[in-house]
Amino acid sequence: MNIQRRDSLKAGGGLGVFGLLVAAGMIKPGTAMAARDQAAFSATTLDEAFKAMGAGAPAESGEVTIVGPDIAENGAVVPVGVTSSLAKVEQIAIMIEKNPNMLAATFTLPEGTLAEVQTRVKMGQTSDVFAVVKADGKFYMAKKEIKVTLGGCGG
Amino acid sequence: MAGPMRIRAANSDGVTEVRVLMSHPMETGQRRDSSGEPIPAHYITELTAKHGDKVVLTAYMGPSVSTNPYLAFKFNGGAAGDTVQVSWADNKGESRTDEVQIR
Repeated sequence: MNIQRRDSLKAGGGLGVFGLLVAAGMIKPGTAMAARDQAAFSATTLDEAFKAMGAGAPAESGEVTIVGPDIAENGAVVPVGVTSSLAKVEQIAIMIEKNPNMLAATFTLPEGTLAEVQTRVKMGQTSDVFAVVKADGKFYMAKKEIKVTLGGCGG
Repeated sequence: MAGPMRIRAANSDGVTEVRVLMSHPMETGQRRDSSGEPIPAHYITELTAKHGDKVVLTAYMGPSVSTNPYLAFKFNGGAAGDTVQVSWADNKGESRTDEVQIR
């Protein structure tokens, strides 16, 4: 698992300085965050987040599915799941395009863990939700618009 | 303070489904309190789930994950009575580990 992470860090090396700046300015580094890809989590645009993950421009794939509501009544708790029928899924990331911190979560799946995760996220406003799946070294994505009638941030 | 996690792990047809409900404020750092002061960010950054000694899931989270985060995933294998252990750490250095037996 660490080897994979290292690869993705290497690929996203161009953003290293950016990540350092943000880490120094906004978030105090802690021991627990040592292995966390700070650049990806502080990305504010899709392209930045893709780059930081080393994903480049992932291909849209029908084999990645986002499970979520079309309309979320409460943006503070939006159930979002990602499943994929691709083989050898190593990593799954959930991104919310219009949130201040786009990248909600990444999951690293060792062999034997199914490509099926589910969580709950906050959404400030109606937005496209992206699922990025890394399978066998390649990146794929899916997109789904979720409409939010009541925002989850700001409160 | 963070309370215990509620974890359920159930095996059916050789696949174990794990569901975790953590107790955590997941403060984004974007909100302000009633006097206009920003509320500092406080959120879980990292989570690890283990089946016995084997890591079955590593997750990294940002502040976009909901308050009291919920997480569900499945892995192959596992038998009733095995232990599943889940640990998280947040950006303030707090951490918590809880475990449950597979049903």
